Amino acid sequence: MSDTQPPPEHWHRLHPLSPLVRGGRATIAVFIILIPIAYGRDSLTHETPQLGIIGLIVLAGVVSWLVTRWRIEDDDLRIETGLFRRQSLRFPLAQVQAIDVVRPGLARLFRVAELRLRMAGSSGATARLAYVAEHEVEPLRDQLLALARGARHEEVAPPPAGELEPVRQEEHVLAVVPTGPLVASILLENWWLVVISVGLLVGLAVSPHTVAGLLAGGGFVWALSMATFVWRRFNQQYRLTVAEGPDGLHLRGGLVALTAEVIRPGRVQAVKLVEPFLWRPLGWCRLEVDVAGRQRRKGEGEAQRSELRALIPVGKRSLGVELVDRLLPDRPRELSRPPRRAFWKSPLRFPALSWGRSDTCVATTSGRLRRVTCWVPLEKVQSLRHVQGPVQRRLSLASVHVDTAGRTVHATLRDRDAAEAGRALADLTDLARAARRRPALT
Amino acid sequence: MLRRLEVGALALLASLVLAVVGALSGSGIAYGLALVALVAGALGLRFVGRRFGSWGYAEREEDLLVRRGVMFARLSVVPYGRMQFIDVTAGPLERAFGLATVRLHTAAAATDARIPGLERGEAARLRDSLAELGEAQAAGL
Repeated sequence: MSDTQPPPEHWHRLHPLSPLVRGGRATIAVFIILIPIAYGRDSLTHETPQLGIIGLIVLAGVVSWLVTRWRIEDDDLRIETGLFRRQSLRFPLAQVQAIDVVRPGLARLFRVAELRLRMAGSSGATARLAYVAEHEVEPLRDQLLALARGARHEEVAPPPAGELEPVRQEEHVLAVVPTGPLVASILLENWWLVVISVGLLVGLAVSPHTVAGLLAGGGFVWALSMATFVWRRFNQQYRLTVAEGPDGLHLRGGLVALTAEVIRPGRVQAVKLVEPFLWRPLGWCRLEVDVAGRQRRKGEGEAQRSELRALIPVGKRSLGVELVDRLLPDRPRELSRPPRRAFWKSPLRFPALSWGRSDTCVATTSGRLRRVTCWVPLEKVQSLRHVQGPVQRRLSLASVHVDTAGRTVHATLRDRDAAEAGRALADLTDLARAARRRPALT
Repeated sequence: MLRRLEVGALALLASLVLAVVGALSGSGIAYGLALVALVAGALGLRFVGRRFGSWGYAEREEDLLVRRGVMFARLSVVPYGRMQFIDVTAGPLERAFGLATVRLHTAAAATDARIPGLERGEAARLRDSLAELGEAQAAGL
């Protein structure tokens, strides 16, 4: 509809092909139904019900496209949608946590892309513009990001920090995930899957009947779901590239469905470094960042699932640590171990437990078989909890939980000496208060 | 500041009723049962009393402290600036006693700051003062 950048009062429509792409698998199904009809095997009268259903679906898609429009109003993105239940959604751009560009396979075929704005707040919605023409997506994202940084859309207002020009600056690639290790890492992390698959194959060779029975009795569904799980991870993380740009961290990757994401600086709530058990001999790790936002609601598209972003799905530990340094320059260097008697409380975790803090950041390590290291910048701490259970009381131990707005990072100072935990609670409260007062550094 | 909720009285009442019913029926077993019920009631009262006695909160300059639990002793520190919203709820039982629960929500789902058994006036005062402090000290995500 709109090829040039129109004035901001103008309403935009989504790309005309959106209903087709949004239908996704349904579209493919429709084509499959249509093929025999097109070949004219049967007379058309036989196919009337199918044609009717297809007609309805197409109509619904077109109508939903017709009633959806969006525009940028001052500092908000406004989306209006719905025929019977009209919805007018406003998304304040200042609260944008991250912006994703998602391109599923079908969307790539039609050269369109989805723009997804992740907002703060646990109940807040995600603004989705599905779909926008491919060549418009990048400028639009840059414009939204610029607005989110506080620049006006006229671009007349002087940039406050000096480097807020909307001009795309050269980004600096930090890491690219190699394909071989990615495959190996997925298989190693889900080693039990491999074991079961191999078992099934061997079983197939020995006694095909038993295996066939197993597969028929629900095993097939299970196998299929596992296969899609592995495939989705591979698809998502294939050649994932992390780059540092002026407007934040850029993440790009994907095999069939391409995603590109920008995480604004200072929006990272927590960083987590995971070392699954079987990766450890190889010195591999996965680095994840947590951005504020809500939990995935039921019934949302599969693509929504890419919530927690792995900055590096798999990589050398040294690379992960280097990236952590970049994200949190003032991360604590020295971690202290819990007292020896903590072994009786958590024997499996004991070897991994430790914590440390600097003036702006707290780090904890834990994990039974897999090692998990969490870093939380203190200005992002939401609340602190001091917990002492019955066993801990007997051993005079206590834990301090650091709550963040993220979804999967649970930083816990587990099983510390009771006096130390009390001190840590007081210290962290004071430091977090000081950190909140300080203007954001990054 | 510490407020107690004397719901434990209910437990005592229940055991008393049991004891009376047992005594009226008149058999030896019933007497035994009544005795057991009384002891259980007294223990329950003590337990509930201790549990509710453990609830406490303190309004500090920049954060709210909430503590609770006997077996698992918890102490939460919630900075006012981090509060997203506050809600006050009162269930049927609480309403009958003129009480209410104040709950604080931050952006973190794990935050667990709940103060039950406040008198309604106090709950309203707390809510208003927290909302005011939260507004004054609000910090972005």
